[in-house]
Amino acid sequence: MDDLLSDFLAETLESLEVVDTELVKFEQHPEDDAILNNIFRLVHTIKGTCGFLGLPRLEALAHAGETLLGKYRDKDLIATPETVSLILESIDQIKSILDHLAETQSEPEGTDDAIIEQLVAASEGKVETIATKSPAAPIPEPIIKPTDKTEEKEEELSSAVGYDEDLDRELRPGEVSLADLEAAFLAADGPDLDQLAAEAEAAKKEDEKKASEELTAKKSTDPIKLVQTVRVNVESLEDLMTMVSELVLTRNQLLQTVRETSSDDLKLPLQRLSSVTAELQEGVMKTRMQPIGNAWKKLPRIVRDSAKAVNKKVQLNMSGESTELDRQVLELIGDPLTHMVRNSCDHGVEPSDIRVAAGKPEAGQINLSAYHEGGHIVIEVADDGAGLPTSKIRSKAIKNGIISQDEADTMTDNQIHRLVFAAGLSTAAAVTSISGRGVGMDVVRSNIEQIGGTIDLKSEDGKGTTFKIKIPLTLAIVSALIVETVAGKFAIPQLAVVELVHTSKTGEHRLEMVSNTKVLRLRDTLLPIIDLSQITGEPLEASDRDTGFVVVMTVGEQRFGVQVDSVFDTEEIVVKPMSNRLKEIEIFSGNTILGDGSVIMILDPNGIARRVGASQEIEQNSAQSQAKETAECTKTAMLLFFAGDREPKAVPLNLVTRLEEIDPKKIEMSNGRHLVQYRDSLMPLVHASGAPVFNENTAQPVLVFTDNGRSVGLAVDEIVDIVEEELFIEMSDGSIGTIGSAILKDKATEILDVGHFLTLGFDDWFERAAAEKTMEAPVKKRILLVDDNAFFRNMVKPLLNAAGYEVTAIESTTEAWTLNDNGEDFDIIVSDIEMPDDNGVNFANRLAEDLRWSEVPRLALSALGQHDLEKIGAITAFTDVVRKSDRESLISTINYVLQSQGEAA
Amino acid sequence: MSTENATTNAKKNEISGTIREYVTVYINDQVFGIPVSDINEVFHPKAITRVPLSSPEVRGVLNLRGRIVTAIEVRCKLNLPPLEDGDGNNLMAVGVEVDGEAYGLIIDKVGDVLQLPAANCEPIPINMDPVWQKVSSGIYRLEKQLLIILDIKRLLDVEATNKLAA
Repeated sequence: MDDLLSDFLAETLESLEVVDTELVKFEQHPEDDAILNNIFRLVHTIKGTCGFLGLPRLEALAHAGETLLGKYRDKDLIATPETVSLILESIDQIKSILDHLAETQSEPEGTDDAIIEQLVAASEGKVETIATKSPAAPIPEPIIKPTDKTEEKEEELSSAVGYDEDLDRELRPGEVSLADLEAAFLAADGPDLDQLAAEAEAAKKEDEKKASEELTAKKSTDPIKLVQTVRVNVESLEDLMTMVSELVLTRNQLLQTVRETSSDDLKLPLQRLSSVTAELQEGVMKTRMQPIGNAWKKLPRIVRDSAKAVNKKVQLNMSGESTELDRQVLELIGDPLTHMVRNSCDHGVEPSDIRVAAGKPEAGQINLSAYHEGGHIVIEVADDGAGLPTSKIRSKAIKNGIISQDEADTMTDNQIHRLVFAAGLSTAAAVTSISGRGVGMDVVRSNIEQIGGTIDLKSEDGKGTTFKIKIPLTLAIVSALIVETVAGKFAIPQLAVVELVHTSKTGEHRLEMVSNTKVLRLRDTLLPIIDLSQITGEPLEASDRDTGFVVVMTVGEQRFGVQVDSVFDTEEIVVKPMSNRLKEIEIFSGNTILGDGSVIMILDPNGIARRVGASQEIEQNSAQSQAKETAECTKTAMLLFFAGDREPKAVPLNLVTRLEEIDPKKIEMSNGRHLVQYRDSLMPLVHASGAPVFNENTAQPVLVFTDNGRSVGLAVDEIVDIVEEELFIEMSDGSIGTIGSAILKDKATEILDVGHFLTLGFDDWFERAAAEKTMEAPVKKRILLVDDNAFFRNMVKPLLNAAGYEVTAIESTTEAWTLNDNGEDFDIIVSDIEMPDDNGVNFANRLAEDLRWSEVPRLALSALGQHDLEKIGAITAFTDVVRKSDRESLISTINYVLQSQGEAA
Repeated sequence: MSTENATTNAKKNEISGTIREYVTVYINDQVFGIPVSDINEVFHPKAITRVPLSSPEVRGVLNLRGRIVTAIEVRCKLNLPPLEDGDGNNLMAVGVEVDGEAYGLIIDKVGDVLQLPAANCEPIPINMDPVWQKVSSGIYRLEKQLLIILDIKRLLDVEATNKLAA
């Protein structure tokens, strides 16, 4: 493109931005002459430049706008919102013509008569001159063929179109006919005459350099900022930046080499070199710094237009405009900021009447602020509107399938608010042209994350919403931790690293496996561990790599660890962007050259988290709080075994009827299922690992579960141990066949869901027995089950139900007395006698003296031996004692007791 | 290397109207020609860092005088089997630049620089492998062999098209 044209475009676009902002200010302060003069001068300059570049359409528009502004300036007219809007409209039109110009190097076809007429009409009232009319038609342009209109004009004004009478020749490109100039002079004031004349002279000499210099000169007399500036080509700055980066790298290389030698001669000058390089680096980075106000320039206009469009009153307050940040970053946050401000206008701020009713000022306040904070620049967009509609977001998210109802129930308000960053969510009932399409905030977040920043939000119902964006200050050179795995060396940006942990098989920190997920126990939290070599696609046996390091990182609020083999030192590296075809690999954010010349990839924590899905699921807090509901605080006997791998699994011992070792030759297949003949019936065999792989030569250990004459065998690889510990189940990952995991014998152990395996053996394990029983005994006997162990209650109750009884399971003897008071009756009371708040024997004794329940048979559940039971008097107080672990015996004893009672009664 | 000198000289004699200059490279015993103006240098790529999760033809990245160059295995691009060259110590690459980015095209070996009349350039036979067709811009009949002219831009773009197709 023509140099002059590109300069013109750059400058004019800048001026137009300023005009926008100033017009909005002017509208709010119509009495402020300084603003008006500024605007007038800017528009006038634009018009002039358009004139001698031979851009008639632009000139016409600018002229019409300038005329109207002139009227304001002369106090012939008073600015009204409508007229200001009109001028803004013409500015927009100019912008679009400029865009066309940028692409095609010429003005688009057509005229702007409509707008111009409106402008003219607005400026009319007192003064009406021919001059205002003449620019309405296309001014002579030798390139474009003269139209009929212009021929008419010839007669009208006797100013030649294409042919200047005064000059006696065709007008050259860029020239304005003298007649037109005169007409223009008539409309404008004195000083303008001189300016125009000067401008025309400059054009006649066709000195391009002079014209642009003059423009530049005019610019610098702009009273807004009188800072000495120089216009420098951005590319030169980039080159400078690259060279300085190379210098930094070379210096690092030198430093490394010198570290090894002990030559003092080298050290001193090298130190000096090092500090000078650091200063140079800082200085060059500063040249790329621009005040954030530049990105905020167009926001006042946007706020004004948005507010008008939705009929609200909004005021934009900016603070910290002079806070500087890197040019590249500035470009990237422009759009996100615009989007957020628009959202605030459209959705956040309430209509005036609602605001007043709520006691807020009529005009909504949007506060933009920027400040430096510890190596970052923080930008806040805060409004005092209605805040985010939490329940609407929740229901929309469920409706759009972003979260499930269950997840929604456990999420805090803040977490719900964060869902606005998810793609495809929009709570706007109607999509306006401004916002509400649901494709905004997720793009905003990814834009910001792309440059290594973070975005967070806080919202309070009725008070407002605040977005906080944090962006690291230096993009190009970062400190990075160099790590190594089998896949090679990688760099991790220091900013992302929270902590470094050394892990070993026997040390303080151990990696543990929970159903294929690696975790690390770190100071009371379970940290998900990601194996870098797995993500990078190198096959590896996980169990071998227990010794190594874990780099703990945070992405937003999500913490996780990346497992590596070794950690080297921290280096200052120059981030070089990935080549185009490697850009899509999300786990890398760039590559760099190390001091030794090798190229390594830079890991992107965001990318890693996304790849593993860690950013969405496993919210540690919610999982733990869920687990807490099913947590157990008393000891339960658990049977530990291996099945499928060497990771321990367990089932509650009290569910197991018997432990058997079965001769594998006796295992048969029928109908696709494995069976074994067991005690005169066929027992289905299910393998606890999920895969039907049974021992071939050695005896197959089997856990037998029996109920109502039917048995199911759960085959395992090896029975390890029986432990009695507090059962605290956490981290349920929802996989079938598992209730969750717990720490047993200091190891993370998978707790199997016995019910699942039982139903694998017999589909109707829990139902058939009940059906049979109901046929036999139409009136169900009622059992009162007292046990403080919820786990046990939950396990036993369904089994007793299946055996045909109606079960009321309660936690304590206190509850038992409450039931008693309520007039409840039971056929048998089964009670644990080792409970925290009541001694079972006392309970039994009280029962014996109770009016209503003294005759009800009492069964004690205990793990104590005969002798101990005698000691505490349990034998006499209870009808019978059953071992807690002996399930079959429990049911048969109940049966027996009730039957004999029935007979006796 | 003689070819490197030839390249420098060849660069000075840009493509004229009737005579075109090509650097010949051998891949799997087939000779290809690359316009000299496309080639920045010829080098032995050393210390290539693998890039996990990259497309198969990206052998990795390497440092060439401070610039990060993406090493592309041309055999892979042409759907040819890879060279049985274990540790990759004797690789040969042609350095090109496309869209401001530096690439090293790994080939078997480099031949001479040829100057051929443009008129002799014939269109590619229609029964040629479609992948080869995409990256070729013509064919020359030399005395003993056929010279396929490579279009570097399309060679490096082919992947993008393949990606879309896949």
